Amino acid sequence: MGDEMSTVKSAHRVRHKDDSTEELSSEDSARSLGRRCFATVQDTPVRRYGGLKDQDRIFTNAYLRHDHGIKGALSRGDWHRTKDILLKGDSWIIQSIKDSGLRGRGGAGFPSGLKWSFMNKPGWEKDPRPRYLVVNADEGEPGTCKDREILRGDPHKLVEGCLVAGRGMNATAAYIYIRGEFCQEAAHLQQAITEAYKAGFLGKNACGSGYAFDVYLHRGAGAYICGEETALIESLEGKQGKPRLKPPFPADVGLFGCPSTVANVETVAVAPTICRRGPSWFAGFGRERNQGTKLFCISGHVNNPCVVEEEMSIPLKDLVEKHAGGVRGGWDNLLGIIPGGSSVPVLPKPRCEEVLMDFDSLKDAQSGLGTGAVIVMDKSTDIVAAIARFSQFYKHESCGQCTPCREGTTWMMNMMNRFVEGRGHPREIDMLLELTKQVEGRTICALGDAAAWPIQGLMRHFRPEVERRIAEYRAREGGVLFGGRPIRDVDPALAIPDDLGGQLPEVASPAAP
Amino acid sequence: MLRLVSAASRPASNGWLSRIACSDCRNNRRQSFSSTSARKADITLTVDGKEVTVPQGSALIQACEAAGATIPRFCYHDRLAIAGNCRMCLVEVERSPKPVASCAMPAMPGSKVFTNTPLVHEAREGVMEFLLANHPLDCPICDQGGECDLQDQSMRYGSDRTRFHEITGKRAVEDKELGPLVKTSMNRCIQCTRCVRFANEVAGVEELGTTGRGNDMQIGMYVEKTMDSELSGNIVDLCPVGALTSKPYAFHARPWELKNTESIDVFDAVGSNIRVDSRGVQVMRVQPRTNDDVNEEWISDKTRYAYDGLRFQRLTTPLVKQGDRFVASSWEDALAAVVAGLARSGAKGDEIQAVAGQFADTESLVALKDFVNKLGSDNTTLDQARGSAFPVAGVDVRSNYLFNATIPGVEQADVILLIGSNPRHEAAVLNSRIRKSWIHTGLEVGLIGERVDTTYGYDYLGQDAKALADFIAGKGEFARKFAAAKHPLIIVGSAIGEHADGPAVYNALGTFTEKNKSKLITSEWNGFAVLQRAASRAAAYDIGFVPSRKAAATKPKFIYLLNADDIDPASIPRDAFVVYQGHHGDLGAQLADVCLPSTTWVNTEGRSQLGRAAVPPPGAAREDWKIIRALSEILDHALPYDDVLALRDRMWELSPSLVRYDTLEYTSPDIALVGLKALVAHHASAKVSGVPFLKPIANFYQTDPISRASVTMAQCTRAFVKGEQSRFSESEKPSQAAYA
Repeated sequence: MGDEMSTVKSAHRVRHKDDSTEELSSEDSARSLGRRCFATVQDTPVRRYGGLKDQDRIFTNAYLRHDHGIKGALSRGDWHRTKDILLKGDSWIIQSIKDSGLRGRGGAGFPSGLKWSFMNKPGWEKDPRPRYLVVNADEGEPGTCKDREILRGDPHKLVEGCLVAGRGMNATAAYIYIRGEFCQEAAHLQQAITEAYKAGFLGKNACGSGYAFDVYLHRGAGAYICGEETALIESLEGKQGKPRLKPPFPADVGLFGCPSTVANVETVAVAPTICRRGPSWFAGFGRERNQGTKLFCISGHVNNPCVVEEEMSIPLKDLVEKHAGGVRGGWDNLLGIIPGGSSVPVLPKPRCEEVLMDFDSLKDAQSGLGTGAVIVMDKSTDIVAAIARFSQFYKHESCGQCTPCREGTTWMMNMMNRFVEGRGHPREIDMLLELTKQVEGRTICALGDAAAWPIQGLMRHFRPEVERRIAEYRAREGGVLFGGRPIRDVDPALAIPDDLGGQLPEVASPAAP
Repeated sequence: MLRLVSAASRPASNGWLSRIACSDCRNNRRQSFSSTSARKADITLTVDGKEVTVPQGSALIQACEAAGATIPRFCYHDRLAIAGNCRMCLVEVERSPKPVASCAMPAMPGSKVFTNTPLVHEAREGVMEFLLANHPLDCPICDQGGECDLQDQSMRYGSDRTRFHEITGKRAVEDKELGPLVKTSMNRCIQCTRCVRFANEVAGVEELGTTGRGNDMQIGMYVEKTMDSELSGNIVDLCPVGALTSKPYAFHARPWELKNTESIDVFDAVGSNIRVDSRGVQVMRVQPRTNDDVNEEWISDKTRYAYDGLRFQRLTTPLVKQGDRFVASSWEDALAAVVAGLARSGAKGDEIQAVAGQFADTESLVALKDFVNKLGSDNTTLDQARGSAFPVAGVDVRSNYLFNATIPGVEQADVILLIGSNPRHEAAVLNSRIRKSWIHTGLEVGLIGERVDTTYGYDYLGQDAKALADFIAGKGEFARKFAAAKHPLIIVGSAIGEHADGPAVYNALGTFTEKNKSKLITSEWNGFAVLQRAASRAAAYDIGFVPSRKAAATKPKFIYLLNADDIDPASIPRDAFVVYQGHHGDLGAQLADVCLPSTTWVNTEGRSQLGRAAVPPPGAAREDWKIIRALSEILDHALPYDDVLALRDRMWELSPSLVRYDTLEYTSPDIALVGLKALVAHHASAKVSGVPFLKPIANFYQTDPISRASVTMAQCTRAFVKGEQSRFSESEKPSQAAYA
């Protein structure tokens, strides 16, 4: 029965997709609906994801080929009957977002409709406090550059999204916290806000709906940690950008002590289009629980690095081959791909061939979708150095508030830096893995996890490479003590503690054949 | 249990307590076991299989403590805001994928908490390893050794050897200069930010904070300056490691060598509870004791650091003046000299004057008063400006001179008017409560008197009695705020009683309070509070250690100074015979003809607390009351008590509240109003002179013989009062205190 139901559902979805894309033959789908039997269950065509049509793109000016101002935005359909969306009310907007299956595009992938509905707890009307939507435009994750394109080319999408999402959660104002380095983006966004005010889309009577809504732009000062939602709130309040403890969650006590919701730029910016074209249209893309379209940023060793809007669940290989012109030197020259920005583990080539670009598939592959920043590395890459660079990044960006992250990121960076040249003891690999486990899940925010995962991914898939380097270094330079000191540097006249690994018998690596 | 199923959110526990709570809920709280209605509902949860009931809103760590599970912690402190950054208090909660920081997680009804699982141990061991990785491990030369949280907890969660061998080495942090009291060794810092939170929330030093991020995060002042606060010494106690230690105490003793004596602070009228740590006959340091009703956990820097004054300028043997110099003598000779002096001066009746200083304990006050009364005199005066006159507020009704609102009661006030007082210097610990309330509630403060930095914002109303008249007339915004307040509080400084306009002020305030008695004096709230600043004062008023009106007009011929060092030399007639009984050769001793080397205090709110002697008196010095007792016997007016218990019986006769220790005797609203009426009637004709109210304490660090003799306090005066930004590190010229 369950199978049947899902078949009906998926068939329904296919049919719907047919309506919108008018590509597959309608006859085909009619047959599948008309004569339902077990044969049709088996006959369900394997759906290939990807190949988003131009008419389904949300961000039609992502490349800034057209006017980013209000004229261009209106011509692209922004602000079209926004008043009607607003007048539908908060529960309609939130239900639409829920039905669309939109999950947060900032990395964690929390269902957006659910998150926004936390703002409208029973009895929220009695709360005299103002309520805020905070838009996280502090895009600092290495490899990620999707929000930048939105802010630059489609700023009105975001501003309109603020209004729609803000109406959904009954917010009084939206604060957009934009990364300090984004100069042009901030200028374009400010221009969009000003234009929207002038056009009457924002302000006391936003879009003529009678709903009062303000949008403020705040430029950050360049700390990666301020992209964490509570650190962002702190920074917006004028304090040091250090993550807060949760609970209380921002929906209870957030910006300036008021109920707030922090959402990613992309999440907010797609909201008006979802409301306009209907949640089922959006839900028609991608796999169950991973619906929608998404901006993917493909960088690294590809022929054509790009930011592209694609359907969720597109196979990673398709994404790279179709939009980025393939891996430099062909797919076989691929070493590994980091599928979701610097904070997710790397995937080796075999895995890259099978994973789909969505939350669940990548999670099953022990990685994550993150922000959808695909970093492609071909065989010329020094993978250890690449991950060591990530460790340096996280060490530099750790706020220093909580112990495991503050001490752990530095320690891990030091070890990774040594492993780049192989200066270490083979046993230290496991110790490093243990350290990552001591950081992961013990910290206030997710930066500790983000610092630990790339190293875990490296050791999971490229451990032989690390071991090879260590062995080569030892063959070249002699033994190395724990901590990286070469044995030959040690004065034999001194009493060396016996726990430094100098006296340990050499054993072959367990991974070696 | 089936009956309980309907409510999904109800804790599914079989506990007896929770069932009572549940039945209570069903009956709409008709059956309440607790009479205090303000208390929040209790919740029940399970910690390590043990059911525990805690008030709603408690942190998980408090629930674990209540269940008897010890949770290690560094950053958590129950009087400071929660930071949740040390990650040492991780516990496992059922259905939580990750271990949670128990200090930052509210206790949830019905949750199951485990504090002793392998996951918890592994998590804490991991955190401990990280903490120790960059810790210098210099315990043998660290002053915190023996009372260090990190040391203690590493015994349980630390490894016996390190895995940290990085050739990059440990973190090195420059030491900070926080002034002559707090010594820093920032390499040892584990960034728990307790000191930062204390400085920001309690002490009002907002310049202390964290700079840099990640591994480069440092604690320090944002701008290079010393930590100018009366409460700075408390960050030494708060620091869980040896990063902040006490500079005067540096390398002087180890905690296990010290004898602890629980006592009471006498440097102000708050009566902070302290623990005196002594080794042999020397006081090595003073630390606070927790008393939520008085000082919470804090003490002022004077309380904490003036103890080195006990070592200098002490009178160790009786001295008799011969010509222009003092000659050491025996007790017999000295007492005989007093008797002879009394006879020679020809003092009769009220011409015999006793002056009690600010350190005088109640026992000696009682003995001295009894003694002087036996000699036929009522001339018992106090060592303060206008101390030889009958006090303005009178002594008949206690509520006229006590801090009626009580010290914890300050936190209930929503509007406070300070008159002629700077609580920051007169009662530093009380001031922190006002600041706490100012931060966390919408407390409004108004000030009449000299402008001072109180560590909280205030509306300045003016500097003299005219400003008070304006306030009473309802002029100004603050008067409106005061009128709208639920729990208004007027704090009258002790200096008002010494001021020329004192009678007028008391008259005006008495009238005002009576008029607004529906708010100011009710059965729950007494918003008229006098803030005393000397430890002995409230007790002196309690036992009536004040001159009669007739005696006040008499010119004294024989003056007995009991610890009285603030006395104006001009007020002592040239031909009078002066006996000084005290511990320090300060101003009073210089005036004396005979010096006699010499412990219950009543605090400003009228709370009797028992002090205990930590070290024996030096040399031939004796306890105050014993000297008076001996003298009385020689003069054939022997006082009828031979030991301190008998003396305390006598105190009971005078006022039972003097020996009801650690409790407060509240004055009923009716009596308080009667007292105010009498006050108003007595001062009805008082005129306002308009002389500004000046703050009575210009230099917080030197207010009495002990602190004037203290090297540490002299250094504080240099650094904080005179503002000399000289460095006090021992790296430069070694300070005198180091060798004292």
